[in-house]
Amino acid sequence: MIAELGHFALVLALSVALVQATIPLLGAWRGDPGWIGLARPAALVQCLLVSIAFGALMHAYVTSDFSVLNVATNSHSAKPLLYKISGVWGNHEGSLLLWLLILVLFGAAVALFGGNLPAPFRARVLSVQAMIAIGFLAFVLFTSNPFERLFPVPLDGRGLNPLLQDPGLAFHPPFLYLGYVGFSMAFSFAVAALIEGRVDAAWARWVRPWTLAAWCFLTMGIALGSWWAYYELGWGGWWFWDPVENASFMPWLAGTALLHSSIVVEKRDSLKNWTVLLAIVTFSLSLLGTFLVRSGVLTSVHAFATDPARGVFILGFLIVVIAGSLTLYAIRAPAMKGGGLFAPVSREGGLVLNNLLLSTACATVLLGTLYPLFLDAVTGEKITVGPPYFNATFGPLMLPALIAMAVGPMLRWKRADLGGAVQRLKFAIAATVAALFLTLVLAYDGPWLAIPGIALGVWMIAAALEEAAYRLRLFRVPVGESLRRLVRSPRSAWGTTFAHAGAGMVIIGIVASSSWQVEKLQVMRPGEEVAVGGYSFKFIGARPFKGPNYNAVRGAFQVSRNGVDITLMEPESREYQDPPMETTEAAIRTGWGGDLYAVIGDPTGDGVWSTRFYNKPMIHWIWMGALVMVFGGMVSLSDRRHRVGAPSRRKAGAKPLKVAQSMAGK
Amino acid sequence: MTRKRRRLYIVGGFMLIFASAAALVLMAFEENIVFFYSPTDLAQQMAKQPMPPNRRLRIGGLVEEGSLGREKDGVTITFRVTDTVEVIPVRFRGLLPDLFREGQGIVAEGSMAADGIFVASEVLAKHDETYMPKEVADALKEAGQWQGKVNEQ
Repeated sequence: MIAELGHFALVLALSVALVQATIPLLGAWRGDPGWIGLARPAALVQCLLVSIAFGALMHAYVTSDFSVLNVATNSHSAKPLLYKISGVWGNHEGSLLLWLLILVLFGAAVALFGGNLPAPFRARVLSVQAMIAIGFLAFVLFTSNPFERLFPVPLDGRGLNPLLQDPGLAFHPPFLYLGYVGFSMAFSFAVAALIEGRVDAAWARWVRPWTLAAWCFLTMGIALGSWWAYYELGWGGWWFWDPVENASFMPWLAGTALLHSSIVVEKRDSLKNWTVLLAIVTFSLSLLGTFLVRSGVLTSVHAFATDPARGVFILGFLIVVIAGSLTLYAIRAPAMKGGGLFAPVSREGGLVLNNLLLSTACATVLLGTLYPLFLDAVTGEKITVGPPYFNATFGPLMLPALIAMAVGPMLRWKRADLGGAVQRLKFAIAATVAALFLTLVLAYDGPWLAIPGIALGVWMIAAALEEAAYRLRLFRVPVGESLRRLVRSPRSAWGTTFAHAGAGMVIIGIVASSSWQVEKLQVMRPGEEVAVGGYSFKFIGARPFKGPNYNAVRGAFQVSRNGVDITLMEPESREYQDPPMETTEAAIRTGWGGDLYAVIGDPTGDGVWSTRFYNKPMIHWIWMGALVMVFGGMVSLSDRRHRVGAPSRRKAGAKPLKVAQSMAGK
Repeated sequence: MTRKRRRLYIVGGFMLIFASAAALVLMAFEENIVFFYSPTDLAQQMAKQPMPPNRRLRIGGLVEEGSLGREKDGVTITFRVTDTVEVIPVRFRGLLPDLFREGQGIVAEGSMAADGIFVASEVLAKHDETYMPKEVADALKEAGQWQGKVNEQ
């Protein structure tokens, strides 16, 4: 009964979406306030209906209602409650419903809190949102209905893939989708602005909080995903340039570019066409990501649910969205005149460089991801484009962006003095040179790339800190004055500081862990000892262990350093019954210097086990750095100028100049 | 700085970056693309001319029943991959993925050693009970040995 209610709610949501996509749009065109006014209640009703549907599916999962096909194939009564809940989106149909739920929640947020948007503009935004919702609702209802019944009702379900029964992955899809769908707001604002024919500073300020929020979620989602891969897959890798990873990384790259270019629109009324285009591209890449993951066109470890028929639907939808919005762009964009002029060396110039490099890097990732699919479709030849390709293309393109990233915030708007900016970074330069020599002395026998790599990370962090110190005039004015500046300086500038420093931490984590990792693979008997990069792992023994819905073998290793016991590590090799599957649970010990990572493999007879250990210096900096970046995004989001739909259009004309001056640090 | 000049700078900068990106991509494609071979493909290719030992490639097929063995060091694993027509012996130093079993589909990446053994640096097994690597399913179809769907979830 409840499942039918959910299904029915979805059908109703589709009809509401059809109304919401057309009537307010026509109303805005005709100037009919009644039709315009329909957008808000429609968005709220649609949100309510999809929430009912999601709630119905959640209910089916929590009560283990195996008469629902989706529950029977993906859940099991013996599963812990957390994974019953996360099982809702651990499969194709449910994850689409989650996508949809987030979409309509964001729509409702615009309806409720977008009070200071002009009514016709808000109506247009909500109409565009509803068009996206129509696509997904039709997709769910016609190809992937989560409420399909099953008869006869099985006694128990087939269970959730054990690899997905993990707290890290329980929250990975929601964050990723919050990111993907968040960019749909930027898209809807861009399309609405194109229909209206107007992009200005106020527009940029409405778009930025959404983009920023989406960026934070996506960063978090990607970080969670890579962390999960690191500890759950048991190979100690955290990024594989797998097509599915790329699918989430491309919107991130484009979204990062969008985040930066919308600053230029906001502050300087420039780069409008480009920003609108980026908003379209970013959301298109989010859709492409959904398509790549959900259609099964990829040979990927992530392709849990695959069905070519569904792929055709998403591909069609993708073509409609991209072709439609780009056509609109081609018609409307030429009419939009760019505003403030700027010299190549200026804050704007720096942001343009950032955009060029990020979007080119994104294009190389796109090429590497799609080329194998293209070749397979056209010639039938099967190739893989692996990490070496991405390292050879993406790396060199990002390098100048990372170096320049440190200098950018020091440049003034319109026209800047590069020499002066570099001079103001003298402590950062000194720190970088020191880091260069220190790594040279300490790690002279390591891979030479580590030396400039570490220096690059130090440069990024030190420059971000020095920029902040410069902004506070630290040590050049009395401390009280600096404190006053600390309170008064805009939070968005602090956001930049944190986000840039966080990126530097990620770089250091990547470089250190990949350059100085020690790996040991061997067979061991109880009592034997192995040295791994200064640590000693002593195998105590392995014994069977019973978990709530699995059986495991748990190995015990006493880890010591210089004869002093540090910790006991207990990796497991688990065997799940529903569905039958083995997983490796690595034991990880995170210390200040990095991670120790232990895996127990198969027994090879006579009480001998194959084991694998890693010492991964500073690898936790990757995820700490990502967290710092997200924190920076949140700080920036808390800036009162970024509160959702903060300024009204009337005030917008006067404000940007003043802000621009205060941002320049003068 | 006029609007035109600015545009010129931006377009110039874009061209420069785009050209270097194109050069990087072409170079990377030249060196880093990994081709997939079914055991039959590989046997035909090897009959024409032997693979250079530094050429990376992927192979895929079923792990032949009863072929799994270990060398003396305990961590080097040997097995044979087959598409039921041809067989490739494989050597792999490492921990096998959780889903590796005899009789089931895998993909391995590595290179051909001079002794005709495929030295794998990476072995990928299917991800759950119903999932068969797409290349493996296609390769088996070609050999006429596969009737099931790629994924019947």
